[in-house]
Amino acid sequence: MSPTRRDFLKATAATAASLAASGPLTLEPYAQTPAAPAADAAALEMANEALNAARKAGASYADARIGHYRRQVINTRERQVAGVTDSESYGLGVRTLIDGCWGFAATSTMSRDGAQRAAREAAIMSQAARVVKKRGVELAPVKPVTGTWMTPVRRDPLEVPLEEKIALLLSANEAALKVKGIQYVNSGLALLREVKTLLTTEGTNVTQTVFRVGPAFSATAVGDGGDFQAYEHELAPRGQGWEYIESLNLPGNAERWAALAAEKLAAKSVEPGQYDLILDPTNLWLTIHESIGHPTELDRAIGEEANYAGTSFIAPPEKMIGQLKFGPAFMNIQADRTQEGSLARVAWDDEGVPADQWLIIDKGLFKDYQTTREQVSRIQKLTGVTRSHGCSFAESWKAVQFQRMPNISLLPGERDLSLDDLIAASDRAIVIKNRGSWSIDHQRFNFQFSGQAFYEVRGGKIVGMLRDVAYQSNTPVFWNAMDMIGGKSSYWMGGSFNDGKGEPSQSSSVSHGCVPARFRNVTILNTRRSA
Amino acid sequence: MSAQTSSQGAALGGSTLLSREQAKALTDRVLSFSAADQTRVVVQSEWSGNTRFADANITTSGGSTDTSVTIIVTIGKRQASATTNVLDDASLKRTIDLAARLARLSPEDPELMPELGPQTYGTINAYVQRTADLDAEMRNGAVSRAVEAAATAGKAAGEIFSAGFLVANARAIAVATSNGLFAYHRTTDADFSVTARTPDGTGSGWASAGSRNWGAVDPAAIGRIAAQKAVASRNPQSVEPGLYTAVLEPLAVTDLVPLLGGALSARSADEGRSPFSKPGGGTRIGEKVMDERVTLYSDPADPALLGQPFDSDGLPLSRNVWIEKGILRNLAYTRFWAQKQGVRPTGPALAGGLTLAGGTKTTEELIAGCARGILVTHFFYIRSLDARTVLQTGLTRDGTFLIEQGKITRALKNFRWNESPLLMLNRLEDIGRPEPTAAGRMMPALRVREFNFSSLSEAV
Repeated sequence: MSPTRRDFLKATAATAASLAASGPLTLEPYAQTPAAPAADAAALEMANEALNAARKAGASYADARIGHYRRQVINTRERQVAGVTDSESYGLGVRTLIDGCWGFAATSTMSRDGAQRAAREAAIMSQAARVVKKRGVELAPVKPVTGTWMTPVRRDPLEVPLEEKIALLLSANEAALKVKGIQYVNSGLALLREVKTLLTTEGTNVTQTVFRVGPAFSATAVGDGGDFQAYEHELAPRGQGWEYIESLNLPGNAERWAALAAEKLAAKSVEPGQYDLILDPTNLWLTIHESIGHPTELDRAIGEEANYAGTSFIAPPEKMIGQLKFGPAFMNIQADRTQEGSLARVAWDDEGVPADQWLIIDKGLFKDYQTTREQVSRIQKLTGVTRSHGCSFAESWKAVQFQRMPNISLLPGERDLSLDDLIAASDRAIVIKNRGSWSIDHQRFNFQFSGQAFYEVRGGKIVGMLRDVAYQSNTPVFWNAMDMIGGKSSYWMGGSFNDGKGEPSQSSSVSHGCVPARFRNVTILNTRRSA
Repeated sequence: MSAQTSSQGAALGGSTLLSREQAKALTDRVLSFSAADQTRVVVQSEWSGNTRFADANITTSGGSTDTSVTIIVTIGKRQASATTNVLDDASLKRTIDLAARLARLSPEDPELMPELGPQTYGTINAYVQRTADLDAEMRNGAVSRAVEAAATAGKAAGEIFSAGFLVANARAIAVATSNGLFAYHRTTDADFSVTARTPDGTGSGWASAGSRNWGAVDPAAIGRIAAQKAVASRNPQSVEPGLYTAVLEPLAVTDLVPLLGGALSARSADEGRSPFSKPGGGTRIGEKVMDERVTLYSDPADPALLGQPFDSDGLPLSRNVWIEKGILRNLAYTRFWAQKQGVRPTGPALAGGLTLAGGTKTTEELIAGCARGILVTHFFYIRSLDARTVLQTGLTRDGTFLIEQGKITRALKNFRWNESPLLMLNRLEDIGRPEPTAAGRMMPALRVREFNFSSLSEAV
């Protein structure tokens, strides 16, 4: 591991340590970032035009969101560039509330006329929605806010010269190709800059500039007889600037990563059965995402996602809040939109609600869901929380905002144990690193996850590499089987650049910090023999 | 309704799409700004309107209109692209400059193909006015009918909870190159699905229909079928996971069989990375790879599919038979790979839609012919496990039933499964009549032996 990477881990561990020591923090209102750009005059004019038209059309509440997105994707394979794309998207989305019914319309026609049309169209949708209405929308109060915010970055990733980006990727590929048996190497970068202005009829006026970077690297080794094994390194996407990509030292690490693909060729195919499982944070983050992040979304629990992503086993809320024993007493899961470097970090959500931090699972007990303004009244008597947790997001100006996941993280244990400590304490176990294939049912019970690198542990020591491993379990059983976790020094934050939900499906970005953890007696499958 | 609201100036429906003439004017404008060796312009003009609902409330619905221009610039053997939806001259020029700058900075691409010149395309009428006119009032009316039908059909179980999604899309796509190619195509599609759940939380059912033509979708039938399945699936019981004969409804087949599209890449096959790679090199074209009752093809001009007549290069797409009577007949060749191998390029595997041709039997007849097996309504959260066998994992959902002596006898708990559509099509017992399941998909019900239901899921 390079010094830069280690420094980075120390930095994140320090943040986590402060969280663990003091429990959930009480947040001060966000200080404005001086460097954050303000909305341009044209955007403000369009947004105001839309709000005025919405009021005229009878909206009791409306918000106008102008987004200007710039995305760059670079993919390389072996010694060539497989593709460079750069896209820009600019437009306005207007949401109206009339008689407790939502309407939403979006347009890329950025003129006063375009803004008025979109607002009128949204109002028509609000009115048309009254034919199917059992319960009207009630919005939890939020204090109107004016301000700007920007992801702290040292270098805007979109402004880094393309030569530098390509050279970095190709030199990583070159290093990987040095490894015997490596025939294919893929590396890439996804880079985003999003400038978003939100105005509401309640007086909120905020402009945020958000940066996200997503690196990727994988190598495939081909062995005798056509056998092949791929290894994809877990390069966590982050809400950071180019300096994060540099800190990963792709050219310096690629050879070592590629060697794992070659090593997998000779690895022993796993014997299926029950094993203790030690999950590295590079694997566990996704298990947290799928088995804790999604089932604690309140829209799922009340059935609003029933037709697509599904419902939740954590339902109904009145039987779950403060009652469901999710895991052992040392298990604390925190939701957080303020965490430095995380993908879901913002100052305000798409309803102008300030970023929040709260416990989802407190000492093993389920405590609260993720909420937007209209969801608060559903559970406030149970939780005592009268504010929205600020989870309303839309993937673009074109899409309506709805409940999306904040960063959701497993807080470190009291003892500062490392992955090696967990291994040393295990007699017969399998260690899994990085994300592999993943699948989970529509109420988030039954899951099957894989990884990229698997190690067999005997008598407290790693004795060799395994392949074809997947673990299959049931969420409550699995988390209650957790008996050891790492401490603050072993904290690491992974994340998903593209998390899908909603119809039409919208993508969002979310991080999950965690420490290594051990789970007793988990079912291990051999994915090769399953065929 | 749409004509009326349009005249009031609301941004509605397919009327907002660029016409052929407008698209041509836009691509001509872009091409006139470009000084690059070669330039290609892809214009996508789209309207989308949707209604989403849950528990008798319309939730997150909306509509949007957008037109984006992607400019692909080639300088020597270097190529890059840039996209914008800001369409004034200054922005288009800036986007061309950006693409040209990116291209100059990109290393030479040894696989780069020259842009195509003028091509001839078949006429495909995939644009249905009725779909493009589906405004909020009509969508919500359809939702109302589905919710009512679900409530009536589910009465036996109490107050049925229903949730669903209705979306209509209209799109125009144009491709133009500096070598004189111009292609334009308009298409529509509508899709409506409903999930019904029983108040005791033990039953869930789902139904869905999709077509280029909204007129072919029956909202009340979708609500009714979803609720009937929910009622029938109450109080599911467990059977030991394992290998069972499975009857897959056409919508479940639609979840699985198109996953073969990825395996149809000729390059992967030639490079030894695909199930269609021949040991020792080359592809398995000409070999029997599935049951002889399986024929799988794409054909954009087929009235049942109405796919795109060209791909994003402007390459004309035509009928491609991938599997004929179980024999692998063709693979998907990009222009580069086709030239390298001396064959005709096909374009992307599924761009021309996909039909699994079959027999004449209904799903009910496949059930009637089953001594003991499991009926699957549809699948969920499918993820690839092994590219070489196309092995997938996923779950069953919203109506899983035990079949005994040709009859559905009880509701079953859902399963996780580990199965490959490729291997499954080698274990075929019977094949039904292909039905339209979504825009560009014709899939039959299947009865397959030894489907691998690997573990139980408590999820309802």
